[in-house]
Amino acid sequence: MPWFFAIATLLVLAGLYLSFFVAPTDFQQGEAYRIIFIHVPAAWMSMFIYLLMAAWAGFGLALNARLSFMMAQALAPTGTMFTFLALITGSLWGKPMWGAWWVWDARLTSELILLFLYIGYMALQSAFEDSRKADRASAVFLMVGAINVPIIYFSVKWWNTLHQGASVSLTKAPAMATIMLWGMLLMALAFWAYSIGVALWRVRCIIAERECEAGWLNNLREKE
Amino acid sequence: MHWQSFEAFIAMGGYGFYVWTSFGITALCCVFEVCQLRRRQQQLVLKEAT
Repeated sequence: MPWFFAIATLLVLAGLYLSFFVAPTDFQQGEAYRIIFIHVPAAWMSMFIYLLMAAWAGFGLALNARLSFMMAQALAPTGTMFTFLALITGSLWGKPMWGAWWVWDARLTSELILLFLYIGYMALQSAFEDSRKADRASAVFLMVGAINVPIIYFSVKWWNTLHQGASVSLTKAPAMATIMLWGMLLMALAFWAYSIGVALWRVRCIIAERECEAGWLNNLREKE
Repeated sequence: MHWQSFEAFIAMGGYGFYVWTSFGITALCCVFEVCQLRRRQQQLVLKEAT
């Protein structure tokens, strides 16, 4: 676990160096474009973590594996954080570039729905006293909500949005300078390492907390 | 290096507020999350001790 944080720190330092000292000024957007070095990786992570959680939830339901549910639960706060960051940094970029903090554009709206899905999942998970029931109910919720992720991803294609189309895609050459792309990739990898470290740490806490709870319940039963 | 001075770096071509707020909030969120986890772990250790 400390390894992941060490890797994340190194990658962030390299990413920040590229973002601020190597990458040139954008000819249209000036220096404000540097916000994309966290905005885009955060948005990627927000979608990816959600899909990962839905996959863990699916494994959990199919194999009845409690650890799978706990992994989904451990990722949720980090996913929420990245969704929040994608929205807030997008807003901070939108104000100088579009002249508005927020517009009801398809991309922005579907990303906001993603934030509500994360919050809904966590609320549902904590609404049950029995952790088994909580795991199952929230896993179903997660899997149904996964439909929103392709909607976010393709929203810029399916609708006319103010938000620009994808700058990086698997099928075409990226529509940006290589050095900017590298900065973004490094930051994305740093967020990856950070997310893995944080999620592993949190799942340990969840396991220990549930054990504590189980032990306490057993003690109570023995007394009766 | 294309920054003329430290002031120019901070000003970010007039977009300093937006750029630094974005990076600042991100850093704060990560620090906050790690602190929360540390506290959660400490509480667990306390619980196990009792």
